[in-house]
Amino acid sequence: MSQTLTEKPIVPAVVTETATGERKALTRKEIVADHPTWCPGCGDFSVLALYFKLIEKRKLWHEKITTISGIGCSSRFPYFVQAHGAHFIHGRALPFASGVSLSRPDLHVFAFSGDGDAFSIGGNHFTHTARKNIKMTLVVMDNQVYGLTKKQTSPTSPLGFKSKTDIWGAVDYPINPARQAISVGASFVARTSASNPNHVLATMEAAMDHDGFSFVHCLSECVEFYEGAFDAANPRKGGAFNEVPKSHDVTDEFAAYKLASADFPGNFGVLYKVNKPTKNARENEIVQSLQGKFTGQKDWQILQKTFDRMK
Amino acid sequence: MSNATVGVSSGGAPKVSKINEVVIRIAGNSQDGIQAIGGFLARLAGRSEQEVMTFMTIPSTISGGPSIFQVRVGSGEVLTAGDDADVLLCFYQHSYEGHINSLKKNGIVLYDSDHVVPKEEWQKDYHHVGIPISSLTVEAIGGTAKDKGKNIYSLGLIAKMFDLNIPKLEKLIGERFTGKDPSILNNALAAFHAGYANSPANLLETFKFVDSKKKDGTQVVMNGNEAIAYGLIAAGVRFGAAYPITPWTDIMEIMRRELPKYGGSFIQCEDEIASVSMALGASFAGRVAVTGSSGPGIALKTEAIGWAVMAEMPLVVINVQRGGPSTGMPTNIEQSDLNIAINGGHGDAPRVVLAPANVEDCFYMAIEAVNIARKYNTPVFFLTDQGIATRIEAFTEPNLEKVCQDISPDLTPVATHKPYDLAAKDGVTQHVKPGTRILDGKYPIATGLEHDEYGHPSGSPKVHMLQNAKRRKKLQALGATLPLPKIYGPAEGNVLLVGWGSTEGPIKETVDRFRAAGDSVSAIHLRYVNPLPNGLENIFSGFNHVFVVEMNDEGLYGIGQLGTILRARYADPKIQGINKTDGLTWKVKEIVELVKAKAQK
Repeated sequence: MSQTLTEKPIVPAVVTETATGERKALTRKEIVADHPTWCPGCGDFSVLALYFKLIEKRKLWHEKITTISGIGCSSRFPYFVQAHGAHFIHGRALPFASGVSLSRPDLHVFAFSGDGDAFSIGGNHFTHTARKNIKMTLVVMDNQVYGLTKKQTSPTSPLGFKSKTDIWGAVDYPINPARQAISVGASFVARTSASNPNHVLATMEAAMDHDGFSFVHCLSECVEFYEGAFDAANPRKGGAFNEVPKSHDVTDEFAAYKLASADFPGNFGVLYKVNKPTKNARENEIVQSLQGKFTGQKDWQILQKTFDRMK
Repeated sequence: MSNATVGVSSGGAPKVSKINEVVIRIAGNSQDGIQAIGGFLARLAGRSEQEVMTFMTIPSTISGGPSIFQVRVGSGEVLTAGDDADVLLCFYQHSYEGHINSLKKNGIVLYDSDHVVPKEEWQKDYHHVGIPISSLTVEAIGGTAKDKGKNIYSLGLIAKMFDLNIPKLEKLIGERFTGKDPSILNNALAAFHAGYANSPANLLETFKFVDSKKKDGTQVVMNGNEAIAYGLIAAGVRFGAAYPITPWTDIMEIMRRELPKYGGSFIQCEDEIASVSMALGASFAGRVAVTGSSGPGIALKTEAIGWAVMAEMPLVVINVQRGGPSTGMPTNIEQSDLNIAINGGHGDAPRVVLAPANVEDCFYMAIEAVNIARKYNTPVFFLTDQGIATRIEAFTEPNLEKVCQDISPDLTPVATHKPYDLAAKDGVTQHVKPGTRILDGKYPIATGLEHDEYGHPSGSPKVHMLQNAKRRKKLQALGATLPLPKIYGPAEGNVLLVGWGSTEGPIKETVDRFRAAGDSVSAIHLRYVNPLPNGLENIFSGFNHVFVVEMNDEGLYGIGQLGTILRARYADPKIQGINKTDGLTWKVKEIVELVKAKAQK
């Protein structure tokens, strides 16, 4: 698809603004849209603020970003960002974002999701988007509880967590998102926490720069339904924010898997990162090789060849 | 072979009769390559300016199982694959016993005497011609291929019987095996010539087609699934996503193979929901994308299709219907997805539903589907079925230079943009694609939540009612532009038959048969099913009875799926249903009998 799209200029030449012809980086004011509907104190505010910062710092333009989400508290995200966005259906942000990524190589594709959206109803897509290594950044704001529907057990709720659907305490083993991502073939896996803003920004930047499917597992506390869930990872609450050891080889899948498996809160930072061809690149290779056989021919002439064989 | 009676020659040279058309049914197992013989015959007819229509069944088992291919070739108009066959070519005892009933009285049974023992009691009704097809094939091409190639051997027999054009058939066989090991082509030709050279004395009688009417331009020969895939490519679709399911899968295979030539991609997804979601992502990102499925796969996609209605996103959904509900009858023909196409999903979610009537329609209406989706920013359902999907027809070659279109996204900056502008004429707004700069700095969100004019959430009952009206009004506006169907037969009379989708051929032939007998029967065929064109009531008023002919169950109230919709819109009790769900295309005689019974009530 890239071929067809790049044949024509994608960005029209009308958009310069400064005297020097250079466009100024967007300011926070220009990126902010609706006021978030989240509860005061929600960890998601921090992730949103750092997304704005990322856009400012990396000089991304409104029209070049697509912010995509499914359903849940976290997934209200696109409404708060002044850019092209889509608020899709529950659990399906990843295939939707894949459609954008695979057809528009000129766009930055960010998907924001929550633990229920990404790992429960959308679990199948998490596996396959990672496996296919489709270029995009997925940030999952994990609060270990269903917030929008007011406190039911989530796939990351720890055993014994009391919710309205487990009044006696959760009985199902939780999943470990980072470990799962590594095991299904994600090429970039990082863990961060909304309580450490600088770390969130650095992690999102590294994720954005990765050529492939980059997954950021971000702890984000729900003060309403699971207060204190992540205190153990917050030095201000007496916990410890341990970064990934400098000695860790991020390309060592086995070491990354072990590191990701450590008991909560474990280590924060990039756990795993390898460079391997993306699906975007592989599909483009197929396009290039097939189009090579029809150089200089119009679409109707290519189709005519096929019709000639059906006479 | 309507105007020729098959005569038995008492030995010596066979008699030669002139014929207008012939219906040949080939019965065997699915791995015998009987579709290949049918395909050759159909393609040959296309190249000989004849009309052709085919019908096939395939077993839903993984490998093997009985299978048939019926081909009707005519020098005049061919509307259906034929009720009964003139010739039955059968490879096995079960093919012989299972299909003898589909043969006309005095028809010819051409059987493989290596496997079939003819029955004494059938000798007087049918002409039996036994040829040891399997062993003669082995003799012709050597033993290593076992009896593989007996299909091509039989093609040689048929070519002899109907005096078919040998150089053209040789060319077709050559094209079929292009790029394969040359020994395969040599074997095929050897088998073909051996069949052709089989002593004519065994054939009792041979036939010659009368000259066919000169056609305008060249004909192309393809099945409905191919026509849809190439129609979408001509329309400019460059992205699609799907999951394999019978009988939809052919289309995704073709598009996966073909789209990269045009700079596009077709993605095989992990499931049905992912595929509709991915297609919607691509539509959001730039241009109309396609997804498709059959049966259960369509049910799985409905939530996302509701999003497309709400977010006003263009999308084409191909639904190659099969027998339902649930896993149902995967390889059988049914038209029982009209309700889900029109109403599937929760909430009030108006969308467009089109139903092509024949293979040529599959090509042109695929382009129309894309253009309606673009213009009205709506999902468009494209309803075909197993019958039309695998049916081969010849039609006049399209002028591709003229019909092919470029629908690359326009990313020219806009001053301001309201994605859900309530003041828009007829409720029709445009989707502005990512990559487009909006100079006032206000960017739209494509959303499934009820929303204000900018796409931001709104819980206001007033906004909900206004946006519901917007989504409804744009389809009403489309409905007002749709042409009324042409009436087949006089505009006034006793009975009007109403059909939709793949049943056009048998319904027209039913009308012909009634009129030939002096009965007052006409027909219309609906290709736009939702919205319906306006003014159908004026057509209905010319008739005493309106019978809606559909391949779905009559339903709780006895009028079928389209029948129920027409009743709801026109509240006219003379609208009645003629329905069946036996998994096969309508035979003309079935419709005739049901019409007679209904009209007498």
